[in-house]
Amino acid sequence: MTPPASHEAITGPHTYTPLTVDQIMRWVIIALLPATLFGLFIYGWPAFNLLIITILSALFWEALCLKLASRPIKPALKDSSAVLTAWLLAMSMPPWSPWWLAVLGGFIAIVIGKQVFGGLGQNIFNPAMLARVTLLVAFPVEMTTWITPEIPASASQPDFLQGLQITFTGIPQIEAVSGATVLSHIKTELTRGEILPALLEGHYTPLFSTGGFTRGSMGETSAVLIFLGGMVLLYKKIISWHIPFAVLGSVVLFSSFLHLSNSSIYADPYLHLMSGGLMLCAFFIATDMVTSPATGIGQIIFGVGCGLMIVLIRSFGGFPEGVGFGVLLMNAATPLIDHYTRPRIYGRRRSGDPLPVPDHDEKK
Amino acid sequence: MKLFQFRGGVHPEGNKQPTADKPVVRPTMPERLYVPLLQHVGPPAEPVVKTGQRVLKGQLIARAAGHVSAPVHAPTSGIICAINDFQAPHASGLPVMTIMIESDGRDEWTDLTPSEDPFQLDPEEIAIRVGAAGVVGLGGATFPASVKLQQARNSKIETLIINGGECEPYLSCDDRLMQERPNEVIDGIRILQYVVQPEKVIIAIEDNKSLAIEAIREAAKGHENIEVAVAPTCYPLGSAKQMIQAVTGKEVPAGARSNDIGVLVHNVGTAYAVHRAIRHGQPLISRIVTVGGAVTNPQNVEAPIGMLISDLLNFCGGTADGVQRIVMGGPMMGQMLPGANTPVIKGCSGIIALTEAQVAARKPGPCIRCSSCIKACPMGLVPLEMAGLIRNNELDKALELGLRDCIACGSCSFVCPSNIPLVQYFNYAKGELEMRKRAEHKAVETRKLSESRQARLDAQQKARAEALAKSKAAAAAKKSSSSDETGAAA
Repeated sequence: MTPPASHEAITGPHTYTPLTVDQIMRWVIIALLPATLFGLFIYGWPAFNLLIITILSALFWEALCLKLASRPIKPALKDSSAVLTAWLLAMSMPPWSPWWLAVLGGFIAIVIGKQVFGGLGQNIFNPAMLARVTLLVAFPVEMTTWITPEIPASASQPDFLQGLQITFTGIPQIEAVSGATVLSHIKTELTRGEILPALLEGHYTPLFSTGGFTRGSMGETSAVLIFLGGMVLLYKKIISWHIPFAVLGSVVLFSSFLHLSNSSIYADPYLHLMSGGLMLCAFFIATDMVTSPATGIGQIIFGVGCGLMIVLIRSFGGFPEGVGFGVLLMNAATPLIDHYTRPRIYGRRRSGDPLPVPDHDEKK
Repeated sequence: MKLFQFRGGVHPEGNKQPTADKPVVRPTMPERLYVPLLQHVGPPAEPVVKTGQRVLKGQLIARAAGHVSAPVHAPTSGIICAINDFQAPHASGLPVMTIMIESDGRDEWTDLTPSEDPFQLDPEEIAIRVGAAGVVGLGGATFPASVKLQQARNSKIETLIINGGECEPYLSCDDRLMQERPNEVIDGIRILQYVVQPEKVIIAIEDNKSLAIEAIREAAKGHENIEVAVAPTCYPLGSAKQMIQAVTGKEVPAGARSNDIGVLVHNVGTAYAVHRAIRHGQPLISRIVTVGGAVTNPQNVEAPIGMLISDLLNFCGGTADGVQRIVMGGPMMGQMLPGANTPVIKGCSGIIALTEAQVAARKPGPCIRCSSCIKACPMGLVPLEMAGLIRNNELDKALELGLRDCIACGSCSFVCPSNIPLVQYFNYAKGELEMRKRAEHKAVETRKLSESRQARLDAQQKARAEALAKSKAAAAAKKSSSSDETGAAA
């Protein structure tokens, strides 16, 4: 036996769970793969470029910030958290976004969203959503250029070189290949006095939307594959059921209520579930550990809050989609929720006072 | 029997095989035994033997020092060769007063007072005999058993829980004890039952010990009010608070004792030691120790107290290559030993050799607030917040979050994916607060002393001044009278 180094006092435990932060991050990326591959499949090379540029941008800014702060760069890059942030951001941007939007997005997510707070674990807001919402407000046109998905190898899907051209110089014949998402279509048509469900004709079929052949970001198209990824995370116990259940359940509840009250203005809950980034939000964004509450009850409050915000913004707000804003608003409420939802301590009341000791009369 | 849920908990690898499948073996008596005088909670025992004296096996060699303390007996017959400081089996490696015995190889017992029928004895007498036999809680807490019995006799105990949880990985000493000596364990339990007079006795065993459960069930058959409860395997079930919650559904109020809610918990090993002490009159001079992990022949050894851990490891074929750390107890709450040159004590349930790969220093990373620690904490604390506060030296705020309620089970550190040494923070903070309290106490006492000194000095000065004034006055009076005289003389 080699003697322990000096007289280091090492206390238990002397054994650990095998799960590490790096593995958590990697499992989330793995769970995103089915939806990502499908997105790349229907949007082609420009979407691939977007993903790669966003990731490289995020890694670059992360490394730069760490260097400026004189902190070790390698372990931080190795933990894949920046890659994951970038991945989620790319999946919530229009798939044919130009290169500069991706670089800027990576900057906002990593520098403003994460590093200024002190790096991993210190940020209040979900970095990917912060970047998405900032870009949406600053560049509304670029952030709402939604491409019509195409089967690969069809004449209209760009090849590799055309992909580079789209990413770096812009989309030729933009009207021909783009259009509105289901949610933005509804918002526009409603303001023009059209009513549901007639306005959806030719724009939405439940089946197509479920399968993923609909306009939107890569994280919006295939609700089914995102759901599948979410199941992987639940199975691996990387996330718990509380947030996804609360987000989806409350969206169904609130949208049903609105739909039943007036079905000509308010979309049905199924459309809500399958549209926009709701699935991505429920399983991958709202569940971000850093920016969501710590306890089960807190997570349910948080999830219901997200669901409520999403339905309210989608139904009454100026923007067609409310995931980004909803999550950011609830992120801000997280410290408060955490404060009020601490578990009760063993042997104490919720107030912190000890449980009463039974009467002494009962004793001998 | 239906059990209750307790909060949190973790599921570390059991690693109970192969020791759980092998019979307990007795080692050859080592040539020299090192019996520490502090193997229990309370002040160290006081030696009653002298260097050079011959002692018999089971003879008292150090008596209990005060009420909460435990005596120590000779584990074999031989000559006392020294009474000296010796490295304690503790992470600090600090020495503790130890009696060293040179074995004479005869292993000759002293006169014992066995009891044919303990149920004819006065319960008080049994508690006294248990104390005199040096029996302490063998689950690891090493609280003197007789003190616990006396306290229990003063309150009404509804449930006597016999803790056969053994939730620490690797350890199987209680498991083997229950498998091999179930009747003796049950007899010890019946003696405890007789002393405490509870309404019922529940033996709680984790469901990963099916053979032990079977054996104990069989042995308990026909005995009144003794029930076996099978608990799902979950660390830290063996912790008294969690055990009480699992069995009774009740929580021990913060700051109170289990007696206060009518519950008494004893370990199966303690029950067995009580059996030996009462039926056979034998004091606690040996115990079953699980020698596990990276050793050539992992097994349970009934080791005499005072046997060097190096001797124990050698008896098991030595440690494997690459062993980096030797832990006394289980890997969750066990102490890292500064070396193997330290003895087996009463509270030593296991000696676990861990390899470099198992203990490889994992660098702590930033907290990602995954809240695994909150889910794992059996006490309902928020380890991540507490650790954050302690890191910022805001110990008082950590106290408000329940630092004092932490049972140091290590579940939080175990699950943390960022390897943050959470429980280590809490242990540090508890120690630091204790030190501050002592420093404050000292400051208050010092102030009191200096104030009283000042008062004394003032009083003295005043007295002196008064005395001076008086004598001056007297002198002046004398002078005036004498000047009168001189004047008169002039």
